[in-house]
Amino acid sequence: MGLMRDISLHLLDILQNSLTAKATKISIHVGALPSQDLLYLTVTDNGSGMEAELLRRVFDPFVTTRKTRPVGLGLPLLKEAAKRSGGDLIIESVKGRGTKLKATFGLSHIDRPPLGDIADTVVMVVTAHPDLDLAVCFSNQTASRELQLAEIRKHLGDIPLNHAEVLNWIKDYLTDSLKAIFGGVLDEVNC
Amino acid sequence: MKSIAELEEIRKKTLEEIGLRKNKDGYRIVVGMATCGIAAGARPVMQAFVEELKKRNLHDVQVTMTGCIGVCRLEPIVEVISPDGSKVTYVEMTPEKAVRVVAEHIVNGRVCRDLTIGEAEGVK
Repeated sequence: MGLMRDISLHLLDILQNSLTAKATKISIHVGALPSQDLLYLTVTDNGSGMEAELLRRVFDPFVTTRKTRPVGLGLPLLKEAAKRSGGDLIIESVKGRGTKLKATFGLSHIDRPPLGDIADTVVMVVTAHPDLDLAVCFSNQTASRELQLAEIRKHLGDIPLNHAEVLNWIKDYLTDSLKAIFGGVLDEVNC
Repeated sequence: MKSIAELEEIRKKTLEEIGLRKNKDGYRIVVGMATCGIAAGARPVMQAFVEELKKRNLHDVQVTMTGCIGVCRLEPIVEVISPDGSKVTYVEMTPEKAVRVVAEHIVNGRVCRDLTIGEAEGVK
């Protein structure tokens, strides 16, 4: 256990931020570009967004919107993890419109965190928020795979997305996609 | 490879069962999933709840997540809210403890006192 040891845990943290900001639509993209030695993660939401003033200070660990205590470590930890591998974290946000976050990592850098279980992160979010319009995309230099929950919902009618059978299907679909796009080893990038 | 066609099968298979439990209120399990919770291992705890409920066919129990509950040093924190609205807060959770909470609290209605915040903080 302990700390944010892989990208999928950072992703869960960012998604929780989007949900706290009342997002109803979130899109996730994980992409690997070996020719540029780049791995990136983007999360775009239609949540409440941030004022320029908050956005400017958002990487300060002593800035948070939580009411329970005056420390917010999520974004500073992700920024540090990205920087350690030669990448960065960039956030654009428009108050009332939403937020776009892009984390980049040096794909082959020894300090790049592993991908982790991205499928599990997505499944936990769908379990808790079955009505969320989530889109997930994985891509490498030549191919991409996408899952749009709005599309899935059309095929399911009244069955909620957090039904055990549906969650299994989503988990398997994402796991297959991750293997197809990033190579055989599940929590790693091998393409 | 998973296909969209399988979703149609899932729909047919589960439609009947969904109708049966539509107006039944069940327990709600809320897992603290802010940075503090995630770093302490909240995701595998939530996964353990989901898996155990699936194993026992307890479809009327809702598992959800929330932000920071406020006692970061006792994460992972899980609140179990019963149909009558009363709430029990479990602290320093693990996947193993999650399995126990499902068996004792959710199935048999017996609170696991030794895992609660009251026990951890020495208040009665």
